Amino acid sequence: MTPRAEPVPDLSPLARERLAYRRSRARRSTLVALVSTVVFAAVVAVCVTSTPGWPRVRATFLDPAIAWSSLPSILDGLWLNIRVLVVTEIGVLALGLLIAVLRTLRGPVFFPLRALATGYVDLFRGVPLLIALYLIGFGVPALRLQGVPTSAAVLGTITLVLVYSAYLAEVFRAGIESIHPSQRAAARSLGLTHRQSMRLVILPQAVRRVLPPLLNDFVALQKDVGLISVLGAVDAIRAAQIASARTFNFTPYVVAAVLFILLAVPTGRIADTMATRTAQRQGLS
Amino acid sequence: MNTPVLQVRGLVKNYGPTPVLRGVDLTVEEHRVVTLIGSSGSGKSTLLRCVDLLEEIDDGQVLLDGVDVSDPRADVAAAQRRMGIVFQAFNLFPHMTVLQNVTLAPRVVHGVGTEEAEERARELLGRVGLEAFAGAHPDRLSGGQQQRVAIARALAVRPRLLLLDEITSALDPELVGEVLAIVRELAASGMTILMATHEMGFAKQVADTVCFLDDGRVLESGPPAQVLGDPLHERTRRFLTHVVEAGRLT
Ligand SMILES: Nc1ncnc2c1ncn2[C@@H]1O[C@H](COP(=O)(O)OP(=O)(O)OP(=O)(O)O)[C@@H](O)[C@H]1O
Ligand SMILES: [Mg+2]
Repeated sequence: MTPRAEPVPDLSPLARERLAYRRSRARRSTLVALVSTVVFAAVVAVCVTSTPGWPRVRATFLDPAIAWSSLPSILDGLWLNIRVLVVTEIGVLALGLLIAVLRTLRGPVFFPLRALATGYVDLFRGVPLLIALYLIGFGVPALRLQGVPTSAAVLGTITLVLVYSAYLAEVFRAGIESIHPSQRAAARSLGLTHRQSMRLVILPQAVRRVLPPLLNDFVALQKDVGLISVLGAVDAIRAAQIASARTFNFTPYVVAAVLFILLAVPTGRIADTMATRTAQRQGLS
Repeated sequence: MNTPVLQVRGLVKNYGPTPVLRGVDLTVEEHRVVTLIGSSGSGKSTLLRCVDLLEEIDDGQVLLDGVDVSDPRADVAAAQRRMGIVFQAFNLFPHMTVLQNVTLAPRVVHGVGTEEAEERARELLGRVGLEAFAGAHPDRLSGGQQQRVAIARALAVRPRLLLLDEITSALDPELVGEVLAIVRELAASGMTILMATHEMGFAKQVADTVCFLDDGRVLESGPPAQVLGDPLHERTRRFLTHVVEAGRLT
């Protein structure tokens, strides 16, 4: 809510009375929300802690000492996740946009490119991420090619880029196709070439329009970067796994989960804000 | 006599199996204003889009300054650069300011420097009375103001021929006047214009020639007094009666 301006002194008694009423309603809503939240949390806490297995669960999942001792190695692992995430996001934006543009090319000359892009999307949107990770992460090093990276983190990043680009390409394409055809006609009538119209007129509008769903896919990606642990890269999940095996306790997994959630919250909030802003703008025009 | 700026000869355009234009002949001389009238769906927009080479034509020719630009070997972009078009709506680029809209083509297509392009853009915006809105985004402007910017943008590349497609029909009545006033000024300054319009009163005052388009052909054309006042064909007469009933002939 935006802060309401102070009442203008020469407000009519009627308006003043209404303003007072609105304020008292707002205070009441806040109070109700507060009370209901506290009651709900208390009920959940009582229900969980009164279950017969609770002491065992608390010992194996929520041990503060183990959480503290495993934190440094998990944070180290998370740093790898973050680096992989940033590189993947940049790669995905570039490749996704390229594929989307290829799919919108018209004319027989571009048929091979268009078909290639379509095939790419079909392939990588259909294959489960885990299988793609296995095939690329274990298959490529097995080829023993000179100069081809064999590091688990690098191969994991490449796989994530390949798979997520297929999703983002479709998001971008939907954005491109949502731009009114008159915009392209207007650009062409000004003498802009196809590439110039795309770059200067269509894409800037399309990208703006798909920003909310795009950020949503980024939130999904933030969790999926943890899957590179299946290739043996020591990321947050792998570090938690190691700590867990050492202590015979599941608390390190809980620590990793909390860290992943904290990582996802800002992106989620940004996505929400973007979606609201887009909705508002569309409501205006 | 000079070569006409635009000559359309036997233009045919089909959308799939449906013929929309069945052989249109039309000439626009330099410094003249030609208006296209005709009922909804008669093909006015299609004709303008074909002239601007935004649609591929099925038969006939479009000659710009005597050169056949509809030839598949002709340079489409070069021909388009010599024409400006304003549509009914959705003209402006919403992610750019008014100034950026007007300077885009001069900068990107014609290689004019930013400073020079902006100077000329401000001059044009002044001409359409919108200098103060240079930094605003189009969604802050009224419909009439947006169309005036669209005209300024079309003029920014100094076109040989200006094509206007019912540029006032999406506007509230009180905004129509401000846009038409600009067109009137352009006509007075010697711009060559081909425009589709439902504003018969305006056509009567400003046009040198009125073309009545019916069933994909130019049924009759001539000076406004003759075509609008004393049409040769029964079909034209009936169209004009409908227009009068709708209160458009003032
Ligand atoms: N892209 C298209 N695909 C198929 N048919 C089309 C297309 N564009 C126009 N038409 C058809 O061509 C005919 C002429 O349309 P056009 O828009 O040129 O008419 P108009 O004279 O401009 O009408 P209005 O006064 O309503 O703007 C119409 O019957 C229309 O349905
Ligand atoms: Mg039309």
